[in-house]
Amino acid sequence: MEKIKKVVMDADGIDRSLTRIAYEILEKNKGIGDLILVGIRTGGVFLARRLQQKISAIEKNELPLGILDITLYRDDLSISGHKPRLGKTEIPCTLDDKKVILVDDVLFTGRTIRAAMDALIDFGRPKSIQLAVLIDRGHRELPIRADFVGKNLPSSLWEAVSVLLTEKDGCDEVIIKEEH
Amino acid sequence: MILILKGARIIDPSQNIDEVGDILIQDGIIVDLGSNLSKSSQTEKQSTQFVDISGCVVTPGLIDMHTHLREPGFEYKETIVSGCAAAAAGGFTSIACMPNTHPVNDNRSVTEFIIRKASSCSLVQVYPIAAISSGSEGKNLTDFWDLKEAGAVGFSDDGKPLMDSALMRRALEYADSLNLPVISHCEDLRLSSGGLMNENSISTELGLRGIPVVAEEVMVAREALLAEFTRTPVHIAHVSTAGSVRIIRDAKSRSIRITCETAPHYFTLTDDVLRSFNSDFKVNPPLREMNDVTALKQGLADGTIDAIASDHAPHALTDKEVEFEYAASGMVGLETSLGLSLKLVEDKILSWNDLIRKMSTDPARILRISKGTLRPGANADITVIDPEMVWTVEKHAFLSKGKNTPFHGWTLKGKAVITFVRGVITYQDKAFLDNRIKVAKRGKFYIS
Amino acid sequence: MGLSRKDILGIQELSVEEISLILDTAESFIEVSTREIKKVPTLRGKTIINLFYEPSTRTRTSFEIAGKRLSADTINISSSTSSMVKGETLIDTARNLEAMNPDIVVIRHPAVGAPHLLARMIRPSIINAGDGAHEHPTQALLDMMTIRTKKGKIDGLHVAIIGDIAHSRVARSNIHGLMKMGASVTVAGPATMLPRDIEKMGVRAHTHLEDAIQEADIIMMLRVQTERQNQNLFPSLREYAAHYCLDRRHISLAKDDVLVMHPGPVNRGIDISPEVADGPYSVILDQVTNGVAVRMALLYLLIGGKE
Repeated sequence: MEKIKKVVMDADGIDRSLTRIAYEILEKNKGIGDLILVGIRTGGVFLARRLQQKISAIEKNELPLGILDITLYRDDLSISGHKPRLGKTEIPCTLDDKKVILVDDVLFTGRTIRAAMDALIDFGRPKSIQLAVLIDRGHRELPIRADFVGKNLPSSLWEAVSVLLTEKDGCDEVIIKEEH
Repeated sequence: MILILKGARIIDPSQNIDEVGDILIQDGIIVDLGSNLSKSSQTEKQSTQFVDISGCVVTPGLIDMHTHLREPGFEYKETIVSGCAAAAAGGFTSIACMPNTHPVNDNRSVTEFIIRKASSCSLVQVYPIAAISSGSEGKNLTDFWDLKEAGAVGFSDDGKPLMDSALMRRALEYADSLNLPVISHCEDLRLSSGGLMNENSISTELGLRGIPVVAEEVMVAREALLAEFTRTPVHIAHVSTAGSVRIIRDAKSRSIRITCETAPHYFTLTDDVLRSFNSDFKVNPPLREMNDVTALKQGLADGTIDAIASDHAPHALTDKEVEFEYAASGMVGLETSLGLSLKLVEDKILSWNDLIRKMSTDPARILRISKGTLRPGANADITVIDPEMVWTVEKHAFLSKGKNTPFHGWTLKGKAVITFVRGVITYQDKAFLDNRIKVAKRGKFYIS
Repeated sequence: MGLSRKDILGIQELSVEEISLILDTAESFIEVSTREIKKVPTLRGKTIINLFYEPSTRTRTSFEIAGKRLSADTINISSSTSSMVKGETLIDTARNLEAMNPDIVVIRHPAVGAPHLLARMIRPSIINAGDGAHEHPTQALLDMMTIRTKKGKIDGLHVAIIGDIAHSRVARSNIHGLMKMGASVTVAGPATMLPRDIEKMGVRAHTHLEDAIQEADIIMMLRVQTERQNQNLFPSLREYAAHYCLDRRHISLAKDDVLVMHPGPVNRGIDISPEVADGPYSVILDQVTNGVAVRMALLYLLIGGKE
């Protein structure tokens, strides 16, 4: 089973997309008031931190950052024989009346985002939840859409899309692998 | 009618015989042993049946001097008839049964009932052991003389120890005057109190209360000293520890008339099997550790231990399939005793002669019954053993009502294949039959 | 990931990897109990039965809260409930419950081996919440979690366990667990309460409290059951308390950053003096908090990994 690798975004491409997303967030929300970034483990957390830094550079003010592990909210726990390792969730404040920017690396079926929203509601009543993703690869199974997208990447179901980040993989790259 | 058993290796320690030959039986009595008896003068005059048992070992009928038949009172566990059927299947022609029935066999009516019930099925000769004390409560002696006349062959409160030393002294003296043995279940109840398995590092690990070896040994020592002082004999039931063997060996060397028995599970299993919490391993005295097993084998080899007795203790599934703590103690043994004991011969711990001595000759001597011999004139109580037969213990095929055995699934070598009581077949092994016997005359009760 | 076993019957059978997995998972569950809404939907629709044949408030409550915070349906059956009193056997009770399809049965029973009997007989996963004097695995796990959280590690630490070792399932489970994770263990108690050949479990044994707690990193005190007095295991509570009750003067013999632990409930003045129980070295209440997290972790790991 050869996996064919294709690089669809390099380090510079990722950086430019994140910069654009940072500006779009600020534009749409008219500044940083009431905003909180929440990164979904694991890829989303590193991207959220980068967004936090970029926004700090622009607004000279730091957005609060939360980390969300959605393992406990998954809909496939009884089914999968393989149990993902449970990570910690750290939400630094109540989410009442906050505008939450959920950050994830790849938007695919939408089930992860559904689980994330269920988790967020348990932390308060956000004023709104917006979604920022680096890659949207289509094939939604639930009515979920992203507000901020780095790159739209139409893909086939037998392709695997991976976002490699320096913080966890040693380099910045978005790659497609084909599994025959 | 004459019956000739042909061609087997005859082992009879009572006559110092170990040779291949024939046995001639007439009207339930052994008439002659020797070679080529088929050609003897009698056979020309009368109809003669021949049973070819060449390749087998033939011995005086085996005697199990420690069994529990449960009737009267606990018929749901075993009845006298089912117990006797199990005994015959195990190769036994005589058994002694303990008095812890309900009511306890402490009076003549119960003794007579047991003997009557056993006679009605004519499978095994049953010798009741009566209780030492009323209700086995350890307070007053029973009517030894009356019980002897009813047919009891000895006294024991087995199941319980007789804690009152003064009472045991009187029992030894009184029983000796009637020439009947006292069999002691040695257990200091305060030392063993609440215990569920042997006390050692494994009981420590499992958090199960332990029964220390000294609970048995202090009472063995007591009985030896009492026997010495009263100048009477005493027999120790189910010896399980190295210390007990040592005390008995020492007592014998000082000419104290002490005899003893052990059961196959004590020289086959060790207490680490209890890690499974399987209640089929729960027994009293409990399974002990390796050095005790070694000491028991040594005691069997050097004659310190006189007899092998199964302590056949059947229980119903409802008594055993509960939490370990609440499970009844005891294992069935009649149908596995010989197979397990033959391993001692295979491992060269005992010779054939020694084994038969411990499973027939000496039990007869200790119980003072005229059994355990193939002497001409004796009842034709005979056990035929196929020493090469490999078989698997299948508890659901047991004739005993009790299926509580830890040996289910074990492969054993050597089995009793035909059992004769007074010249009548009380048991035949089906597999053996299919291979061997051309003519088999059946007795009143045929076991299939 | 997930435990590839059906039941949690004791620490003795668990590997170091399994213990680490349980402790790591438990750490992530601590946070759930600090939220405003202390619930996650993970075990929604699952049924957990707490079958307690021995009275217990804290362990049963801890399991109940753990199950409920995972959104499971938890049901408590305790020994005062009718059918146990009517003499129904353990096996019949279990089979009847099995017919109602629970996912997990948590059992506490005075007879050693009862959970093992159950695990052989019925399909649901069994968690041993204490069987006689044999094992209490969830207690040892929460104790190890407390130690690991406070000290950063278990390996290389010196733990002293003091009290009625012979009758303690907490002691046995902790000895197995702590030794597997690399700690060294010393036990101490009156000679009558030290089980035979306890050294064969790999621990050192003392009959004097002071000898055991020399340079200890952790002192774990056990509860003395006052009924034992009638079994002549010690002459009087006064004598026991005088020589085995942990108080301030003993603490100075241990390390400066010693932790004092107790499985609860504490017999104040007999197991531990009130000032030590409430003092700065005591982590007894952390143990309780960690207990809920550890039990949540076990329930989570046992369900769904075995389909």
